[in-house]
Amino acid sequence: METIQPYTPKEIMTIMAAREIKNGDIVFSGTGISMLAAMAAKNINAPDSVIFFETGAIDSLLEELPFAVADPRIMYWAASNSRLTDSFATMQNPITGQRVIAILGAAQIDVYGNLNTTCIGDYFSPEIRFSGSGGGCDVASFVPRCIAFMQHEKRKFVKKLDYLTSPGQLGGGNSRIAAGLRPGGVSAVVTNLGLMRIDKDTGKMYLDKFYPGITPEKILENTEFIMDVSKATQADPPTQTELKILREECDPQRLILG
Amino acid sequence: MTNSLNKVIPLKQAIEQYVKNGSHISIGGFTLNRNPMAAVYEIIRQNIHDLHLYAHSNGTGLDELIGAGCISKLEIAYAGIGKAAPTCIRFAKAIQNNEIIFEDYSNYMMSLRFMAGSMGVPFLPTLSGIGSDILSKWGFSKSMRKSDPKIVDEKLKIIDNPFGTWTGASKVVLVPAINPDITIIHVQKADAMGTCSIQGLPFADIEQVKASKNVIVTCEKLVDKEELRLNPDLNQIPFIHVSAVCHIPLGAYPSAVFGHYDYDSQYLRQYAIAAKDQDKNQDKFKKYQDKYIYGVKDHEAFLNIVGQERIDAIKADPRTGYAVNMKRD
Repeated sequence: METIQPYTPKEIMTIMAAREIKNGDIVFSGTGISMLAAMAAKNINAPDSVIFFETGAIDSLLEELPFAVADPRIMYWAASNSRLTDSFATMQNPITGQRVIAILGAAQIDVYGNLNTTCIGDYFSPEIRFSGSGGGCDVASFVPRCIAFMQHEKRKFVKKLDYLTSPGQLGGGNSRIAAGLRPGGVSAVVTNLGLMRIDKDTGKMYLDKFYPGITPEKILENTEFIMDVSKATQADPPTQTELKILREECDPQRLILG
Repeated sequence: MTNSLNKVIPLKQAIEQYVKNGSHISIGGFTLNRNPMAAVYEIIRQNIHDLHLYAHSNGTGLDELIGAGCISKLEIAYAGIGKAAPTCIRFAKAIQNNEIIFEDYSNYMMSLRFMAGSMGVPFLPTLSGIGSDILSKWGFSKSMRKSDPKIVDEKLKIIDNPFGTWTGASKVVLVPAINPDITIIHVQKADAMGTCSIQGLPFADIEQVKASKNVIVTCEKLVDKEELRLNPDLNQIPFIHVSAVCHIPLGAYPSAVFGHYDYDSQYLRQYAIAAKDQDKNQDKFKKYQDKYIYGVKDHEAFLNIVGQERIDAIKADPRTGYAVNMKRD
């Protein structure tokens, strides 16, 4: 039994997301903490996973951490620097698409795992305008498994999104499939407090794991919608090995870990 | 566009000739990479306005154009400049203050729209976005669409799969073709006829170029035709699509050009600080524009103000194509 090491919220989030990635997965990654999670998985538990970016670079040699998906750092030593249209094709390709797992961020999420990255307030005259879908809507439409990375706050875990940018389970139950989407969308939500999953039958988010030191009650306090916490258990904290690899091999300069 | 052997003209002339008030335009690159910034700054200096901009994920070029009041209508998937501005600042302000009319799509939808334009088909299908507000909320009203012959009547359409459930899809979303009046891209190498060789990710530049009625290419290196013809496999754009070629070294600065230079995170951060400024008395943004855009006659003069120190700091390492160990803010 390894002794429990102190760790930061960012470190446990990264490790929790990395554990979702299986060996052989093709990991669609953004930048920042989502890319660090993809790198951690590759170094810890999924050595044969492949990182790719919506801009079209596949299996780049990331000698330095890129700060944007169009950063020239992702173009170096890639298997292919393909077009934008190719990267979305990879996600829908009947052979490669099933192996893709995506990591997404959002300003708001609802109980069905639908995401908002467009605006706060009225769409036509918003209080805050964000960058917009980018490839987010495409990824959530196409990719069978998506991890959402979020800060766990009431204003982010909302009853109703101000704008539905990227489809999850839409209205729950069978509604995603009935609308005409293929199975997929957000399947896991990693926050600074715990790990949520989407129930396959109801399409609703439930609490799967709460981090050591965090209670399900605290998670509910920070969630605007009603969420089932009855199945929740405490998460295994990051191991010494996981932390060592994350700190020493993935982000030695702590550019993302801070 | 033409087959003339020599399309090399000064950038000022190319912008005067091909970018007019009210033009429908697209610019190449992605967020902080290969934006045709010399051309963007020249458009601003020429005070061209009422532009209709089509973009997938645009960044610094888009935000400068909006900040200078050149854009009145925008069809877009994403606006951000990496760490300096995760959401483009002047873009967000313009929408929050109702200063531009905008329409949201996804990156794939916009890429397919350019591709449809390049193929000469009215639309392409996708399975993206079903159930999302991208389908249900329209920034361009139906009446505005009807009244403008250059804008398609509907944002998009969702229909039953005409092939039953072939490939497992019950419905498809149709996104309409785009054929811009003018597309401007910046590439590593071009010859005088306009054949281009892009190194690193091409993004959707090829589709944007082939969809466009006119194309201005700015290039790091203007090379002999023979150099490009020796390796035709490396040339993504044949000259038949290109109207004008402008030789502008560092023409994408402050965005990156793979194999030549990195993005200047310091410049972009200063831009973001100026663009965010709310204090009318200080008017940091106007001061920024006066100094770097209006106060200079061309890109070379702009780079002189930026200074050799910054340009040396972002010089790409020949092995990796980017500036190794560059201090990034």
